[in-house]
Amino acid sequence: MALSKSLSIKLGKTITYIILALGSIVFMLPFIWLLRSSFMELGQIFILPPEWIPRPFRWQNYPEALTAAPFLTYFLNTLKILIFNESGVVLTSIICAYSFARLRWPGRDLIFAILLTSLMLPYAVTLIPTFILWKMLGALNTFIPLTVPAWFGGGMFNIFLLRQFFLTIPYELDEAAYMDGASPLKVLWSVVVPLSKPAIITVAIFNFIGVWNDLLGPIIYLSDPGKYTLAIGLSVFRSMYTAQWHYLMAASVVVLAPVILIFFIGQRYFIQGIALTGLKG
Amino acid sequence: MNKKSLYSNEAKWGIILALPAILGFLIWTLGPMIASFVLGFTDWNVVSTPHFIGIGNFRRMLVEDFIFKKSIYATIYYSVGSVIASIIFAFLVAFLLNQKVKGLPLFRTIFYLPSITPAIASAMLWIWLFNPDFGLLNQILQRFGLPRLLWIYDEKQVIPSLIFMSIWGMGGMMVIFLAGLQGVPQELYEAVEIDGGNWWHRFRYVTIPMMTPTIFFNLVMAIIGSFQVFTSAYIMTSGGPNYASMFYVYYIYLSAFRYGQMGYACALAIILFIIILSFTLVVFKSSPYWVYYESARRR
Repeated sequence: MALSKSLSIKLGKTITYIILALGSIVFMLPFIWLLRSSFMELGQIFILPPEWIPRPFRWQNYPEALTAAPFLTYFLNTLKILIFNESGVVLTSIICAYSFARLRWPGRDLIFAILLTSLMLPYAVTLIPTFILWKMLGALNTFIPLTVPAWFGGGMFNIFLLRQFFLTIPYELDEAAYMDGASPLKVLWSVVVPLSKPAIITVAIFNFIGVWNDLLGPIIYLSDPGKYTLAIGLSVFRSMYTAQWHYLMAASVVVLAPVILIFFIGQRYFIQGIALTGLKG
Repeated sequence: MNKKSLYSNEAKWGIILALPAILGFLIWTLGPMIASFVLGFTDWNVVSTPHFIGIGNFRRMLVEDFIFKKSIYATIYYSVGSVIASIIFAFLVAFLLNQKVKGLPLFRTIFYLPSITPAIASAMLWIWLFNPDFGLLNQILQRFGLPRLLWIYDEKQVIPSLIFMSIWGMGGMMVIFLAGLQGVPQELYEAVEIDGGNWWHRFRYVTIPMMTPTIFFNLVMAIIGSFQVFTSAYIMTSGGPNYASMFYVYYIYLSAFRYGQMGYACALAIILFIIILSFTLVVFKSSPYWVYYESARRR
């Protein structure tokens, strides 16, 4: 019996690995297809049955695709939005989460609960009036609508995530600092922030990905091609080079690569952070 | 005395520091939401002054606007399909990854990466994969002797194709499931084993009940997210063929920013709000029957 049990465990393990390996291949295939298409001559892309190794290896697809449209401008625009948005989100979400997690003030929990309801609200409901507001303020076709709101708490999702993390830090640490005459800001800066790096990095990465991937915002607010972000740039590029799959795939790789890079840099914290969002939900 | 002054200071600082979030909520959530509800009852089309037209917009949706009906159908069809399919796949993969496999970080990364791929890049990639003549998917079908499909270019196949694509992006849910699974107390599994239970008993009587709060969380977030799908319609299908993938948010976008019918678009948004709210309410109301909370048991 002991033998059959260890055998069935081995069998289970083997099946687990087989399924995971097959699943991994299926999940990677689109990326491999993307990469191989981005290095091929257009003619080879249309050969049937499909070939997997680019012959010749056309790395020139990349410079050619990137100069066919002003991708450098798109990149710089995205970068500008990113810098102003990201700094606002990180700074103000830390401050607000700190207030909701560790400072006692009347009505705090009620207000937090009310603010949390915005997570349930579809963005389409606020989209049009917000657009009208920016239009009245004369901010259309600027980066203002895409960056300024980030300075107002940086979104409840981020505040919620940070608050969950801040709550796990022992309160005695704050008290000790207060005894030494520290102000709340000083406690935040010297006690809470250093202990919350994983959560803060998670928020920063989530937001980076969100801004980088955002399409609807830039479509609505930016109309001058000189202000386009990479996301709109890529969609415009697609309509110009409809069947030029080698260029389209090369451009897609360029838009995708920074996100993957950021993910690998912050992975260690990031996976922890996502888990955090779900656990206390 | 010292302590008391500290507290009053604390309240002052607390309110000041929470102010950005409170102002942000008023300016970018509550204000626009109220404005949407007001504008939804007007015929405003950007150039004219808005007139109050009562329930005119809502009557138009139900009586005249056949695209609205197609849009509701397409969105609910996609939402239900993609939520169920992604949750099942994410749970399954997380469950397998939790079997103390070697190379966990590698597998986790592979299954997670598609979910952070920019929607625009994955849309481009999938148009190419779905290409009926040269795309990878039809090549694979052909290799196995199966008939080729038209994928997103066919009225009947477009939503199943996009659901299929959405499974590829289930990584976020999977990571949350995995964290939940890692939090299931080991003693519970051991207890089942002592009682002579096999892997199925462990799965059915420990894993599933202990995971219901995580499933609940993922379900609610997935419903809210899937109802707001936009990019695939905008980039891949333009809502076609024959409006079969006219996703609701894309239709709101068209109404407001292509046709300039701001009032009508706001009315559409109100309906979306009500639909999402009722779906989440149903899930919330059903939760006592299937979601297991440790604290409820202790009580």
